[in-house]
Amino acid sequence: MLISLFGAVESGVIYALMALGVYLSFRILHFPDLTVDGSFVTGAGVAGVAIVGGMSPILATLLGAFAGFIAGCITGVLHTKGKINALLAGILMMIALYSINLRLMGQPTVSMLNESTLFTQIKSWWVASGFDAFFNNIVLSLGVERFSGTWLVFTVMVILTLMVKVFLDYFLKTEVGLALRATGDNQKMIRSLSANTDGLIIIGIGISNGLVALSGALVGQYGGFANVNMGIGMIVIGLASVIIGEALFGKRTIIIATLAVIGGAIVYRIVVTMALRVDFLDSGDMKLITAVLVIAALVAPRMIQARKEKKRRLRKKAELLQRKEGEVHSA
Amino acid sequence: MLKLNDVSITFNEGTPDEKKALQSVDLELEKGEFVTVIGSNGAGKSTLMNVVSGSLIPDVGDVTIDDKHVVHLPEYKRAGFIGRVFQDPMAGTAPSMTIEENLAMAYSRDKKRKLIPGVTKKRREMYREYLDSLNLGLEDRLNAKVGLLSGGERQALSLLMATFTEPHILLLDEHTAALDPSRAELITEITADVVKKFELTTLMVTHNMQQALDLGDRLIMMDKGQIIFDVSGEEKQELTIKNLLDEFHRIRGKQIESDRAVLG
Ligand SMILES: Nc1ncnc2c1ncn2[C@@H]1O[C@H](COP(=O)(O)OP(=O)(O)O)[C@@H](O)[C@H]1O
Ligand SMILES: [Mg+2]
Repeated sequence: MLISLFGAVESGVIYALMALGVYLSFRILHFPDLTVDGSFVTGAGVAGVAIVGGMSPILATLLGAFAGFIAGCITGVLHTKGKINALLAGILMMIALYSINLRLMGQPTVSMLNESTLFTQIKSWWVASGFDAFFNNIVLSLGVERFSGTWLVFTVMVILTLMVKVFLDYFLKTEVGLALRATGDNQKMIRSLSANTDGLIIIGIGISNGLVALSGALVGQYGGFANVNMGIGMIVIGLASVIIGEALFGKRTIIIATLAVIGGAIVYRIVVTMALRVDFLDSGDMKLITAVLVIAALVAPRMIQARKEKKRRLRKKAELLQRKEGEVHSA
Repeated sequence: MLKLNDVSITFNEGTPDEKKALQSVDLELEKGEFVTVIGSNGAGKSTLMNVVSGSLIPDVGDVTIDDKHVVHLPEYKRAGFIGRVFQDPMAGTAPSMTIEENLAMAYSRDKKRKLIPGVTKKRREMYREYLDSLNLGLEDRLNAKVGLLSGGERQALSLLMATFTEPHILLLDEHTAALDPSRAELITEITADVVKKFELTTLMVTHNMQQALDLGDRLIMMDKGQIIFDVSGEEKQELTIKNLLDEFHRIRGKQIESDRAVLG
């Protein structure tokens, strides 16, 4: 139980990078970008092929992210210069990427099991440094069985994800970042303040898909393979993470919102893992679970708010009544 | 400073909806001149502003600003030296961003935007000082989301954002029309103040004839895509609403007669 939960948190942290990308397009730019299902695979595929080809895992991962960035930029160009509706531009890019990914990978699945990936590299360094034994001893002394994996993937991913978060927070507060946010908020206004909104949309969707592809590249190396179908439904998972995160942790400022998105990605994984342990649910039900989760995250906050509002009104009424009674008594 | 030369623009040409929004308009503004623009609905006032700002490209004609031909310069490239306030108080600010972030975006309008923070300690002080001059208490709410402000407050902020970088040209398109009378009064006062303070070359469209008479050094009246009346100096000072209406009917009457002659 604990081990599968740990696994859920771990993959939640990796998928959080993808969710941050979705946050950037959907929430900051208000651009419903469906490129994600394709660019996630692009990241995994490009990194996979590069690794199999002997490139260093770090460079391969960055290359995968860059490929996703380019894909996103093309979606942005389709929308801004080609005047194609945002949803349609994303869908077109998504299906185009399916074929492109297949071409890039040369086959439907690229296996990295026998290759040295980002994770195997760090793992060997980690074991050599002795930290692994140290942490496992602590866990053992707490009376918990030894974790099947190691702490390393988790630690590295947490650090990486938080770094991306901090960069994103910083970027969104720079002069360029402010203009990007305003492009999503009030395009007419920021254009009248001399911002090239087309350029900002292209760059913004590019960065968004770059993050998605980075996540894909890491997921691929984590699982040991890249598959052309591994991106199916990714956009929904990303949105689910964003919506769950905002519902649970708020979105008052950028810093809170990006943290909430990461939290949302982790919570999503935990809930799915728990749900799949229920006897009558199997992996085919995952999409339904996701849909129910998103609906709950959208509806629940409103219901809670309405309930609070009602309580407040009742209290006011009671107070008023009491005061009136008091007046009657004193009269 | 600003020069429009024989500018024409027709919408939906060749269809039943054809509309000659501007017909051979010539207009020249001196540096620092404050011109009010009046005219009935559909006269082409907003179109004139859009041609100056670059959100519309005229069919024919030339627009020069500071002796630079700008007709084909896209809106965002002109915006570095043109400040604008729209009629809709929601249009000029980004609602989900804070007051200081909005000011930061206006601050970088005439510079190249960089990857440096838009709000720094030093800049925040500067934004606070500018806000202070509005006397609305906004200087104490730098971190409030602009969407929470009232229409009047948002319009005052828009006006400040359009002006504090001292643009070469200020365009105001019925920017007080959507406000209640007391707020409109306030925004009018602020307008007069900032235009004077920064000596801005200004084109202000207004529905309110009294406002058009009270403000500015020159007044133009538009109708059917043309400038039909243009007064400045002492002549404008002595103008009354009644004069204006008489003038309008005199000019229009003449035109109707000549139209009749042509058609007849
Ligand atoms: N983008 C457009 N497409 C078609 N017709 C337009 C467009 N913009 C303005 N018009 C028409 O041009 C005329 C002038 O409009 P406008 O300049 O907005 O007038 P106003 O003086 O009231 O501001 C109006 O008849 C209007 O309907
Ligand atoms: Mg108008």
